[in-house]
Amino acid sequence: MKYLPLLWASLWRKKLRTLFTALSIIIAFLLFGMLQGVNNAFNRTIELSNVNRLIVISKIALTESLPFSYTQQIESLPGVARVCYQSWFGSYYQDPKNFVFAFPVDPERMFEVYSEFKLPPEQLEAFKHTRSGAVVGADLAREYGWKIGDRVPLHSTIWTRKADGQSDWSFDIVGIYTVPSDRSQENQFFFQHEYFDEARAFARGTVGWFAVLIKDPNQAAAIGAAIDKLFANSQNETKAQTEKEFQMGFLKQIGDIQFIVTRILIAVFVALLFATGSTMTQSVRERIPELAVLKTLGFSDTRVLLLVLAEAVLLCLLSAAAGLALATALFPKLKNMLQVVELPAEVVFAGLGMALLLALAIGLPPAWRAMRLNIVDALAGR
Amino acid sequence: MSSIVSLKRVAKRYQRGKQTVEVLHSLDLEIEAGDFVALMGPSGSGKTTLLNLIGGLDRPSEGEVSVGGQRIDRLSGSALARFRARHIGFVFQFYNLMPMLSAQANVELPLLLTSLSAGKRHQHALTALQIVGLAERAKHKPAELSGGQAQRVAIARALVADPTLLVCDEPTGDLDRKTADEILGLLQLLNREHGKTIIMVTHDPKAAEYAKHILHMDKGTLAPQAVA
Repeated sequence: MKYLPLLWASLWRKKLRTLFTALSIIIAFLLFGMLQGVNNAFNRTIELSNVNRLIVISKIALTESLPFSYTQQIESLPGVARVCYQSWFGSYYQDPKNFVFAFPVDPERMFEVYSEFKLPPEQLEAFKHTRSGAVVGADLAREYGWKIGDRVPLHSTIWTRKADGQSDWSFDIVGIYTVPSDRSQENQFFFQHEYFDEARAFARGTVGWFAVLIKDPNQAAAIGAAIDKLFANSQNETKAQTEKEFQMGFLKQIGDIQFIVTRILIAVFVALLFATGSTMTQSVRERIPELAVLKTLGFSDTRVLLLVLAEAVLLCLLSAAAGLALATALFPKLKNMLQVVELPAEVVFAGLGMALLLALAIGLPPAWRAMRLNIVDALAGR
Repeated sequence: MSSIVSLKRVAKRYQRGKQTVEVLHSLDLEIEAGDFVALMGPSGSGKTTLLNLIGGLDRPSEGEVSVGGQRIDRLSGSALARFRARHIGFVFQFYNLMPMLSAQANVELPLLLTSLSAGKRHQHALTALQIVGLAERAKHKPAELSGGQAQRVAIARALVADPTLLVCDEPTGDLDRKTADEILGLLQLLNREHGKTIIMVTHDPKAAEYAKHILHMDKGTLAPQAVA
């Protein structure tokens, strides 16, 4: 600690240079936080997939609908406990940037199959018996200040109403659900499929996909195969997969996020390594007479090495902490796109670890040079 | 009086390209505690090399160097650093202060190597600045000081850890006559009033007059000459 004032003063010897170096590190770690956070959110989605659930979609594409009548057929298969269905509503609230993850569902089936979603019984009853009823996640309700009894308009970018050809739909909030095991799920909007199906202008009698609750996860492959076999050679062939496989496939459609994120971060950090490394080397080179004086005063070779290294660590850790703090503050803004609530702590710790590695990489060569400095030669300017 | 510095048959050779150059030739020297010695001689005569050996900045190629009764020519790098921290105070021609630190922080630098608390370090540094008459400039950075003031801060830094020996390499070489006299007067005061042993390299005969003894060097050898 007693060397901190010396380190701090050395760091700010050339204020502008240090400021620009710090800024480049801050931006790199802001990028690291955001990208790694996205990557982490996707991985978390896959990790949290329920092993007891299968997702059944059209064999052609996720966007192709399936007949509603499949519900009973799938449910009659051995090993299947319950089936629920959902469709993609594609909607926003008031402004296109206020995207809302909304799905028409069967209230009873939905909360049986997704048992981790918690809704008070009286609210579930109200949901079942209110045609225009909707239940929303606690986080979504908080964001828009919605409460039970509110009438909420959503504009769908897909579905028009049969009655007036309009895309504006109104719902009455009758419940607010929570997901204690995963708060990021608390931003969805569920409403009555029956109301939706009767009111929509096209594609009646169809659903987007089925979620199938199975009795034994070890039978997942066999039950999935049985479902696909059941509808083989029909007009609407299916593709059944575990929830985890479905999530992975869905994310693959966006692209190999991990691959993209890793490549971008490698490019950023290699550039950062060269930029900050050369700055650090130049800074130490300019201070060779001063380092020689420190040695003259009795600072050992090792102590001088540690001082230079500590300077790099101080710069990198402080700047990285600022970048990661910025990422932590900005990350929740991605909620509408990623269903994530906050930057995971492991991303912050990984970032600080990266900063330490970066500090060692850029600090060690000049620190080594400072350590091997010959006092007589350095003082003579040789 | 006992010798505080003792050199026996000291030689120093440097490698310059393929050539080996002997800068000091089998040199013997004894300096007593409390002495103020001026080391004079033409450029290239080996004055600074001799000073570097006494100050533990360099090692001889041959011979023995003892300071305060301790053989320093065989010490390891880290032991030599500890020796410098404890026994030697350096004053350079161009002050060699840290530009980003205040005068007081510069003076405190050698004390970072001690176990003194922050409060004690501040107190010692302030005392050293008072001795050189610069306490009121404690918070100023080197760039805000005149040459003479900067050299006083450098002397305070050399003094602050209470070293056995003050080693000064052309301490007035960068100063005008009046300021140089003030600095030399200060060194003389430290020698007479505080009993500091001082070895000073200088080209300036007027500066050498402040010393108790003058040693002349030429081509790597010494010729002692007493001053009144």
